[in-house]
Amino acid sequence: MNEAYAISAVTVVVLATVLIGGFGLRISRTTSDFYVASRTVGPGLNAAAISGEYLSAASFLGVAGLLLVHGPDMLWYPVGYTAGYLVLLVFVAAPLRRSGAYTLPDFAEGRLESRSVRRVVSMLVVGAGWLYLVPQLQGAGLTLQILTGAPRWFGGALVAAVVVLAVAAGGMRSITFVQAFQYWLKLTALLVPAFFLVLAWHGDGGAPPPADGLPWSGAGSGQPLATSRADHPLYATYGLIVATFLGTMGLPHVVVRFYTSPNGRAARRTTVAVLGLIGLFYCLPPVYGWLGSLYAPELSATQDADAAVLLLPGRAVGGLGGNLLGALVAGGAFAAFLSTASGLTMAVAGVLSQDVLPARGVRHFRLATLLAMTVPLGGALLVSGVPVADAVGMAFAVSASSFCPLLVLGIWWRRLTPPGARAGLLLGGGSALVAVTLTVAGVVQGGWLHTLLAWPAVWSVPVGFLAMILVSLATQDSVPPHTSATMTRLHLPESLSVRGTITTGEPGARP
Amino acid sequence: MTATAVLLALCPLLLAGGFVLGRRTAHPGGRSDVGTPVERATFDTLHTASLAAPPLRAGLTEESARRSARRLRTLLGTDALCLTNRTAVLAWDGAGDPHGKQVMGHLEGLLDTGRSAAFGCGCDAVDCPLRWAVAAPIVTDGRVLGALVAYAPRESAVLARAADEVARWISVQLELAELDRSRTRLIEAEIKALRAQISPHFIFNSLAAIASFVRTDPERARELLLEFADFTRYSFRRHGDFTTLADELHSIDQYLALVRARFGDRLSVTLQIAPEVLPVALPFLCLQPLVENAVKHGLEGAVTRSRITIGARDAGAEAEVVIEDDGVGMDPGELRAILRGEGGTSTGIGLSNVDERLRQVFGDDYGLVIETGTGAGMKITVRIPKYRAGVHSSGVEVG
Repeated sequence: MNEAYAISAVTVVVLATVLIGGFGLRISRTTSDFYVASRTVGPGLNAAAISGEYLSAASFLGVAGLLLVHGPDMLWYPVGYTAGYLVLLVFVAAPLRRSGAYTLPDFAEGRLESRSVRRVVSMLVVGAGWLYLVPQLQGAGLTLQILTGAPRWFGGALVAAVVVLAVAAGGMRSITFVQAFQYWLKLTALLVPAFFLVLAWHGDGGAPPPADGLPWSGAGSGQPLATSRADHPLYATYGLIVATFLGTMGLPHVVVRFYTSPNGRAARRTTVAVLGLIGLFYCLPPVYGWLGSLYAPELSATQDADAAVLLLPGRAVGGLGGNLLGALVAGGAFAAFLSTASGLTMAVAGVLSQDVLPARGVRHFRLATLLAMTVPLGGALLVSGVPVADAVGMAFAVSASSFCPLLVLGIWWRRLTPPGARAGLLLGGGSALVAVTLTVAGVVQGGWLHTLLAWPAVWSVPVGFLAMILVSLATQDSVPPHTSATMTRLHLPESLSVRGTITTGEPGARP
Repeated sequence: MTATAVLLALCPLLLAGGFVLGRRTAHPGGRSDVGTPVERATFDTLHTASLAAPPLRAGLTEESARRSARRLRTLLGTDALCLTNRTAVLAWDGAGDPHGKQVMGHLEGLLDTGRSAAFGCGCDAVDCPLRWAVAAPIVTDGRVLGALVAYAPRESAVLARAADEVARWISVQLELAELDRSRTRLIEAEIKALRAQISPHFIFNSLAAIASFVRTDPERARELLLEFADFTRYSFRRHGDFTTLADELHSIDQYLALVRARFGDRLSVTLQIAPEVLPVALPFLCLQPLVENAVKHGLEGAVTRSRITIGARDAGAEAEVVIEDDGVGMDPGELRAILRGEGGTSTGIGLSNVDERLRQVFGDDYGLVIETGTGAGMKITVRIPKYRAGVHSSGVEVG
């Protein structure tokens, strides 16, 4: 691949991100246009922003890589990533918005009226956020290595530096527009090349030049995780399904975006739009996985299957066209790393500066940003060998076994108590966190134990729910005093007052 | 691989370390020289007293009496202690509950005169620890609110004196509670005043400006009248202490439209609003006085044209609102006096009231930050946390 194209594409994406973030589309008008400004972020824009932040390196590169190596079983990944929003829509979206919480710790404190539950949630948010950041940085390293031959650590360090500078300097001011832009960029970067790739495949007579063996062979992988998946594929698949279906609702960078919706109904509409946008996007990685098995089958034998998306344009199209398409894909991949990494870093740094580091202030937020990025960067440099999509699946597992019980029971069960929530968070989330940390560190190498640790959601989610329910039932005397009022606020539409009468909506508020 | 494992295992430790560090820094100091026995006794007493004080700040109720009675009994070192109001026993701590039923009979005289009394309980049991009691009145503002009754096995002058002192200490705490309440009432009254007050001048001037359009531009006059109606409806709104930034900015927009109708080109306004922060909840009418202040400063004196900038931006877990004018500004010393509540002008009441309310709702970190100088304009920065327990805009939908 021609380096110059790729480098310029990556540079353009980075610059566009920083520029739009810094100066771009902030609404800046004279008063005559003020009605425009008084409109809150609409569901469409907000949904694009959520999708932009959500579609990470795992979606952009990882899914296609896994499909290439393991075959159609891996289609559960895109299904799970999307279906998570369905669960979010049905159980959580509107009440979460009505709670007025900006972060998960806020929700925990508001619902359970307890500072100590808040601290536990903060700790888990930081843990899950770090787990999620590691594969983003690894993906960036891999991408830059393949595109330019730079050492593996360089790409991760570059993304980390850009994100820390942008976030710490306050450069991500109009974050909604940046993220919405990133979504459309990512979609374009996969859609356009996919179109040409399929054309090229058709031009080749429907058969690839090195037509050897069966596609979807799934053989010849030397990775530990892949082995265990091959050992117990059914269990692993269930682990994946539980983690992704239930984990989406607790991802810290997704939760904060719901705050931007003006009310519960808008939050729900936003989620529906997210389902559409993400569903559209996830039609594309399988195409790449399938074409990859035709044009680059040797990748499945290496640890770099994640690179399939990047290499395909060069292999299948070639020439100037291949270079241009390759540059487009590279730019999209970088958009994926930047948007997810900046969203996560903002969320983790916010929690660190509010609940973990001692004092407050702008300087501390910058310090927190640095800390939020340094730890996962260290992890990314030290750990390798876990496919990007699997690593993200682990962050989902932690979220599913801690935040899912907290949110679902917190919203739908009035007998939840602070000790119960604490127990569920620590047992469910804590055990999942330990399990995936052991897996990533490679402590257990094979057998059932390894499978259980690598796909913890199947057992850790029930543990989290059970612990929360049983301990709550045992401590019914410490149900928070204002539970009824809180529940009313969570479930009544904003236009109804607590007294049950309809307030006349301010006529001045424009639709 | 083992090195990796160790490093990853370190991550949670690091986090835990952060928490511990945070708590240490929050409470500096620790174990040090413990002092002589007398000093230690003093410390213990002061400590117990400080533990008993917070519940009493809620006033004399059954709940607060129950929670403080235990501490007070430790303070007095008696076997039983009881707190009453004028009509009933509020809390009984210690042995021998049955005596509680007879207490009120003994207290009749005390509650009328406000003088301490000692009485035998008429308990015949030889081993009863509660044969004698001393009652001391709890008095605030010259009114007897209730009594503190301490029990002992035999008569004791020391206990009588101690009970008197503790009762006086409780009275002081309750007076402080009363002070707290009256401060809150004062702020509420000021908000009501602010609502009711939308200065008569403003109403008069707006109507005059609208009147001037009635013949020349009836359509504009009609629009302005509608703005005026909306603006007053919002400002006189009775329900809810909190609103959203979107609603507040909308009302500010209506206010500015009316002001511009009067001053025309002399006033130009720029708004820069990040849409992400529009749902933030904040105290009702806490930006409008600041804008009014900016308009007043901008158009005061010989200034021919004035420019006002209103910006709201997203800053992580907070929203930051900046209101800036290029008017006459203010002497910083004078401003400090106003914020301390020593100024007399109506503008002053607006600024100090907003400052006070922000601090009360969000904490002392979130007061107004004002940069100004004589002739140098004024820049007011308000930071609003996106979430604070108990702060919810009351149900008015925008969207």
